[in-house]
Amino acid sequence: MNIVVCIKQVPDTASKIVVRDGQIDESGLTWILNPYDEYAVEEALRIKEKRGGKVTLVSLGPSRVLDTIKSTLALGADEAFHLNDPAFEQGDPYTTALVLVAALRKIPYDLIWCGWKGVDGDYGLTGIYLADMLDLPHVSFVVKQEIAADGKSAVVEKEIEGGREQVEVSLPAVFTAQKGLNEPRYASLKGIMAVKRKTILEWSLKDLDLTPDQVGSIGALTEVVNISSPQARQEGRILTGSPPEVAAELVRLLHEEAKVI
Amino acid sequence: MSNDILIVAEIRENNLKKVSLEVLGAGQEIARKLGGTVVALVLGNGVTGFVAEMEQAGAAKVFLADSPALAEYSPTTFTQVIVKLVKETNPAAIFFGSTAYGRDLAPRVAARLKAGVASDCTGIEVADGRLLFTRPIYAGKAITQVKLKSDPQIATIRPNIYPIPQAETGRNVPIEKLEVNVFPGQAVTKAILKPETQELDVAEADIIVSGGRGLKGPENFAILRELADALGGAVGASRAAVDAGWIPHAHQVGQTGKTVNPSLYVACGISGAVQHQAGMRTSRVIVAINKDPESPIFKLATYGIVGDLFEVVPALTAEVKKLHGS
Repeated sequence: MNIVVCIKQVPDTASKIVVRDGQIDESGLTWILNPYDEYAVEEALRIKEKRGGKVTLVSLGPSRVLDTIKSTLALGADEAFHLNDPAFEQGDPYTTALVLVAALRKIPYDLIWCGWKGVDGDYGLTGIYLADMLDLPHVSFVVKQEIAADGKSAVVEKEIEGGREQVEVSLPAVFTAQKGLNEPRYASLKGIMAVKRKTILEWSLKDLDLTPDQVGSIGALTEVVNISSPQARQEGRILTGSPPEVAAELVRLLHEEAKVI
Repeated sequence: MSNDILIVAEIRENNLKKVSLEVLGAGQEIARKLGGTVVALVLGNGVTGFVAEMEQAGAAKVFLADSPALAEYSPTTFTQVIVKLVKETNPAAIFFGSTAYGRDLAPRVAARLKAGVASDCTGIEVADGRLLFTRPIYAGKAITQVKLKSDPQIATIRPNIYPIPQAETGRNVPIEKLEVNVFPGQAVTKAILKPETQELDVAEADIIVSGGRGLKGPENFAILRELADALGGAVGASRAAVDAGWIPHAHQVGQTGKTVNPSLYVACGISGAVQHQAGMRTSRVIVAINKDPESPIFKLATYGIVGDLFEVVPALTAEVKKLHGS
């Protein structure tokens, strides 16, 4: 089974996000594999281990993304395509999906995985956009999957508010991974050593038969007007006393002052 | 293009989701500024009864797609109904609730229409005749304002932001039944699986009692559940508690969990790592209970209690019960 995982490099969730001159200041950031993509990669590897096949990574982004591609190959993925072109910069989920689709048309797949969203822009669109552009069905927020023996369909569970939905889907399809799907592995030393022997192919705008007006800020359908830091919260107060005393005082404040209970 | 705003009502298991009414309220406010009206689409099987709810909540017109072909949810079939209606009526915008349903459907509809989506919005304004969407990014560590260059302008709106409009009976608005002619979906929801004990989801709760590493073990979530039950709220958790396997991920609040904005958030034994803060900092009132007075969570707290949660939380539960007279 050929499984493609679309991965994104994002700032570490432990990072403080600094807004400077209306832009995110990237200078102090540590970059990691998007957490939801980690679940996607892990599940793809588990499917490969069970059924055989190949796991291919596709990632769009500047040169720094290469580190994340390598560390993800170290987990056991077989090959990677790095979609890198200055024209891709300042894009949005729509242009990202467009570029990924252009690459996916050149790569064989039976199943495509994405994280359900990137923890940077928090859009949660790209996976579903690309499913539609490829005319494939999709299942989002996947927390469990079972592919039929013939590889032509799957029964998938997706997380919804207060429970799960059980979805029957034909393959090929796009699945977007939710936390809870699995426990991702760490790279082994052997895995890290093996990266050197794996192919990472870089594809530019031209390689993908795209034109500059389709991608980047020109092709984007979203325009970011401004970015700011969230408002600081008003300073609160510390209640003191014995547990019964503070409990009584807190309940009084919540009821009479804050009026939330 | 009209100046109308189309609301897609979410109906699950024969219930209209509260967020659909909130979104209708948002649509009404924005449509007024655009010089249009808010119209609603009710779609599903056996959903005719919900038309009145949308009507009473303020929809100027309700479209009804009631068909056995929509008995099981499938993003592609539901998309066909929505896209057909959009092409016939040309609304200025389409709003969905930012739920598993809205976030599954909106991008599929948008892709068909070659349109952008402002997801998980916490505010919408009108500027020069276009919508200006406020969206938190990095789970709220930064806030953006975005415009969409495409039409219709599609957004999903976070629950608990807009108030539910006052229901008004006796309104008599046009109802238009839509013919449903759809291809069968290739990804179809066959069943809804629920945990044995049905719990309120943190994303939908107005009060959340959350626990972290300070709880020391899974069994101690029972103490939080008692408080949450007394308050009529949901139980949340930090990533530390979820990653330790103490509670399922559905409860996680934070950057890799849910972003919540309840009226009251009670953080018990949670230190307040940035990725957790990101998920809950917009809560109206935050209570922090933690042994360590240096915990960053106290910087966000409206009310802080430095103490042992194992003593404070049960005392709180008792006080809340006293208040509610039970």
